[in-house]
Amino acid sequence: MAPETLAFYAFGAVAVVASLLVIAQRNPIYSVLLLIASFGALSGLYVLLDAPFVAVIQIIVYAGAIMVLFLFVVMLLNAPHEETEYDERVHPLLRPGPMRFGALLALVLAGELSWALTRSGDSGRFPAGAVASVRAIGRSLFTDYAFPFEVTSILILVAMVGAVLLARREGRG
Amino acid sequence: MQGWLSILIMIALGAGFALISVVLSSFLGPRKPTPEKLAPYECGMPPVGDARERQSVKFYLVAMIFLLFDIEIAFLYPWAMALRDLGWNGFAQVLLFIALLLAGYVYVWRKGALDWGGDQATARRRSTIGD
Repeated sequence: MAPETLAFYAFGAVAVVASLLVIAQRNPIYSVLLLIASFGALSGLYVLLDAPFVAVIQIIVYAGAIMVLFLFVVMLLNAPHEETEYDERVHPLLRPGPMRFGALLALVLAGELSWALTRSGDSGRFPAGAVASVRAIGRSLFTDYAFPFEVTSILILVAMVGAVLLARREGRG
Repeated sequence: MQGWLSILIMIALGAGFALISVVLSSFLGPRKPTPEKLAPYECGMPPVGDARERQSVKFYLVAMIFLLFDIEIAFLYPWAMALRDLGWNGFAQVLLFIALLLAGYVYVWRKGALDWGGDQATARRRSTIGD
């Protein structure tokens, strides 16, 4: 087997197993840590897809920063071990309220996935000349997309001000 | 794809070092547990209370600010890779980008979101701003 195929199966297996373990955990902290493992494997898959920038961003932003936010949300809410309020033998669609909604979402996701996977066609093929290297991204980001790039900094600025304003209310009261 | 092999080797070495250390220490280390040894380590003093306490929203604020500066770094990465092609034009753009974010940094700092000196330092800072 070609080493790239081998790497694909290895990263894919880690991603799938880690994602399954995320939803199998009772302790939300473990779920968050396993999600980081899943993101790491996804990053490897991005490298195999010849998208190194996405791979690096996946590690820096998602595994690095977003998961810190997730972890702090878990700690802020002080969520204890997940409690089972319902009889686990009852089918998820027959349980009350939010659980039924979650089961519905899972059904929709399963339907979409099966539709996407069974659909034939060459959707996996990239258009010719797709931007792949980080250098090419940098070149087009700072020439063709210079204005959106500068606007992004204003967006980040607004987010900063908003975060400080929202969090400060608690300190006063 | 060739350059990534070295990164894979580095990941394997890092994970292998951690795994081997844990496994070897569980095999080779002597194990004579006492209640003190089994207690969670808390800076050397006896543990107080429960670890599951509600954390201050301050931590979340710092994490959010970290995320925003992380995104800034993510934008600097393609610039650094295309530095020679872009020249002074790209340098000026990045300078503007960083200047705008520097304003945000100064704002966050002045508002005391980065203060860890307890309430006194925050209160003193707030009173000087006239907030």
